[in-house]
Amino acid sequence: MMANQIRALLTKRREPALALLIGVLIILVGIRAPFFISLDSLSGVLTDTSILMMLACAEMLVILTRGIDLSLAANVALTGMAMSLLSMTYPDLPVLAYIVGSMIVGLGLGAFNGFFVAIVGIPPIVVTLGTLSMFRGLVFVLSGGQWVNRHEMPDTYQMFPMETFLGLPHLLWIAIIVVPLLWLFTNHTTAGRSLYAIGGNPQAARYVGIPIAARLFMVYALAGMISGLCGYLWTARFAVAYTEIALGFELVVIAACVIGGVSIGGGVGTIPGVVLGALFLGLIANALPVMGWSPFWKQAISGVVILAAVVLNSRSNKRQGKLIVRREEASSS
Amino acid sequence: MTIDPDTERYSIPDKAKWSAWTIFQTWEVILLALLVLVFIINSNASPYFLNVYNLADATFNFSEKAIIALPMALVIIMRDIDISVASIIALCSMLMGVGAEAGIGVPGLITIGMVGGLVAGGFNGFLVTGLGLPAIVVTIGTFTLFRGIAYVVLGDGAVTTYPEGLRFFGQGYVFGLIPFEFILFLVLAAIFGVILHYTVIGCRIYAIGNNPIAAKFTGIPVDRYRFAAFCLVGLMAGLAAVLLTSRIGSTRPNIAMGWELEIITMVVLGGVNILGGSGTIPGVVIAVLLVGMVTFGFGLLNVPGIIMTVFIGALLIITISIPILIQRLRDRARVRAQQAEAGKD
Repeated sequence: MMANQIRALLTKRREPALALLIGVLIILVGIRAPFFISLDSLSGVLTDTSILMMLACAEMLVILTRGIDLSLAANVALTGMAMSLLSMTYPDLPVLAYIVGSMIVGLGLGAFNGFFVAIVGIPPIVVTLGTLSMFRGLVFVLSGGQWVNRHEMPDTYQMFPMETFLGLPHLLWIAIIVVPLLWLFTNHTTAGRSLYAIGGNPQAARYVGIPIAARLFMVYALAGMISGLCGYLWTARFAVAYTEIALGFELVVIAACVIGGVSIGGGVGTIPGVVLGALFLGLIANALPVMGWSPFWKQAISGVVILAAVVLNSRSNKRQGKLIVRREEASSS
Repeated sequence: MTIDPDTERYSIPDKAKWSAWTIFQTWEVILLALLVLVFIINSNASPYFLNVYNLADATFNFSEKAIIALPMALVIIMRDIDISVASIIALCSMLMGVGAEAGIGVPGLITIGMVGGLVAGGFNGFLVTGLGLPAIVVTIGTFTLFRGIAYVVLGDGAVTTYPEGLRFFGQGYVFGLIPFEFILFLVLAAIFGVILHYTVIGCRIYAIGNNPIAAKFTGIPVDRYRFAAFCLVGLMAGLAAVLLTSRIGSTRPNIAMGWELEIITMVVLGGVNILGGSGTIPGVVIAVLLVGMVTFGFGLLNVPGIIMTVFIGALLIITISIPILIQRLRDRARVRAQQAEAGKD
């Protein structure tokens, strides 16, 4: 009985299985290198993964509505560059100005996507493919191809993410604030729940009166706002801004979602799942050097993990699909 | 308005009545007009643009991408997508590099590159059709895996010693003027065009893209077609790897980084519907030339290539928006006319 329940828990829901896998992985690495299990090192892994976590949660909101946002990483680069140029020109600004400023710039870029997806009605993959190249090119236009280096950024700008508060870096604190807020949004607000409805069954969503265009616009704008914030954090954390920052990161973000159990077909996915998915990728990256393996294995292992997750997703989705059919029959009879 | 791939209905009109006006409205003509515009602007902006030798050399910049765009169009018409193409290039180029270091000759290297691509494409195709997984996530997975394998084998090293005979494929000219790569692209484009537009195979590809279930019921082996298309993309990516490796004469794991999205952009700009079911090879060819000539023109004016991407991105969004907006205005006008008529009665 107990065994069955455990098996059901592990196969039906992604989060417990993934959490267990992450736990096992941490212990395995810990056996080889005990210092890996120290609080310091684990909070280091979390800090390293914070940006990926927040971006993946933002991407999840978009994928829930059957959309996709390929421009998140380019948004990170453009907003990051804008903020570091701002800090170069006005070195006396407080940190809050960069945080708010990056969110506003990101929001604007996201709203641009949202306008074309929700109002004009172009498929999201086409819109964000277009804005991906536009934003990336604009970074170059903005910076004239120059790098903004460590010595050009004021200390207030670049120190903030890694300064600690109660023993944890600010970067991690921001993720600790943003991620639960997004969880509250998806699970306990009407607007957040409606995203599942839009992705699960757009027709039904329209019939029950969900303002689909407004919700889509909001989702892309929100995803842009989070990316903008990550743009500031990224350039400040690594104390450098240049055109190729976060190049190709959009696909890593989507991979974290897929590992976390988000269905690319929309309507399925949870914030805890995505956080664990991002953590899993972050753990692989951090564990390899500890294990003494070449970091060049990271991508290949990630690839295998993503494919395994895709196979698992399709299994669990099939089960859900059948349930939905049964429910429809019940309601129609 | 949202477009829902599952419930979207497509109409398949019988052959439309031919008139000069319908020809003018086709996507290809719009693109062609843009291309002419680009030629006029560029030749006014720089005296070096309308030079046969310069134009011929400009094709080096896009021929490899263009060769992959052709099978990519077929895949997208059948409602799939392949994100892993650039990673297949990296994988094949790595295999060729390993082969070259082992002393394998030119025909052997070409075989390795192309067979490697075919196998990689077949792997994608198997996961998508054999296991029934969504193409976009499968190929995001193999996008990571294939390049990951190249990183595992090469690390931060590079292979830079290739046999002299390999150079022709990426650097050689035919008739001393036109690059071999470009000729190869034109020949392949002709073959793909004939297959898609003048054979039963092409008809079936559109049928699958418009309604896979109906296509299945009419007896089309849908999954076999999709599998074949993935193999073909892999094979062409392998060919592109041969050309690119030959052209730059070296292999690093980060070769062809980011090409996948550039190639998909070209295909979509060429009028292929990202939701499947429509698109033409001439459209893709013109889009490829358009992108290539914009890049070349900017290059002559010393504008860095990255700024060109702003232009291409905007072009993509604007060219897709305009027909949708026109259609919506027409619909609104029709509804208004109907209401007016209903009011008369």
